[in-house]
Amino acid sequence: MQISARHREGVTVLDPKGKITIGAGDVAIRDAVHEALDAGSKKILINLNGVSTCDSSGIGELVAAYTTVKNRGGELKLCELPAKVSDVLQITQLITVFEIHDSEDEAIASF
Amino acid sequence: MAARRLVAVAVSGAVHLAVGSRLENVELVRAAIDAVLDGFELDDDTARQIDLAMREAVVNAMRHGNGDDPERTVEVDCSVDDGVLTLRVRDEGPGFDPESVPDPLDDENLHRTSGRGLLFMRQCMDTVDYTFRPGEGTMVTMTKAIGPSPRRARPMEEE
Repeated sequence: MQISARHREGVTVLDPKGKITIGAGDVAIRDAVHEALDAGSKKILINLNGVSTCDSSGIGELVAAYTTVKNRGGELKLCELPAKVSDVLQITQLITVFEIHDSEDEAIASF
Repeated sequence: MAARRLVAVAVSGAVHLAVGSRLENVELVRAAIDAVLDGFELDDDTARQIDLAMREAVVNAMRHGNGDDPERTVEVDCSVDDGVLTLRVRDEGPGFDPESVPDPLDDENLHRTSGRGLLFMRQCMDTVDYTFRPGEGTMVTMTKAIGPSPRRARPMEEE
């Protein structure tokens, strides 16, 4: 998996591409979120548009990222979930934990 | 060395595989299962569910069963009979009781960062059964109906 960061209207947007699975992206999410926090960002949006698969480790990392950002006084939101990722969040009932937006524009405006 | 820890025996429609507990060996298991499933016309969702369940089971066996010890093996059996895929994963760990895992859907557990593997497996497959004996490892057996292979389902077509 690859992950890149960009900035839009005061929000750090992370774009993971590929699989968020054990050994292939779970740690990359953690590193990218920590990097954003260390750079002073309090508003973090993960755009999941390019994610093909997410396993239980990947979900665990998203939860860890959410908690880390919240504990440091920031907000972490998700947007543009592919159906596969949305299904996984439904199954795990995390759909109620995360703030999720259909579009990136809508998510940016909500911060 | 990964190769030393790899034993694979393929017979028609089935495979037996033993790999050391290294995450990269999950891809070897994937390749072996792909070989068994070759010829089946699986839709994307079914293929993804099988892949996900396999990964969860094998990673659990390596990590929680064998404690990430590369010298300890995970054995995988994969076969298809009468349109039903059976995937069996066995580790050499102390024995795992699935009932001991806190329910990941309880409100108090929603923020936990682990403990969802079994939930994923149950969601992806038709059946998931664990057998374990203290000191003798854990075996998980999963099944999923995938339909008959096209070769058996379809008589030979005329040119």
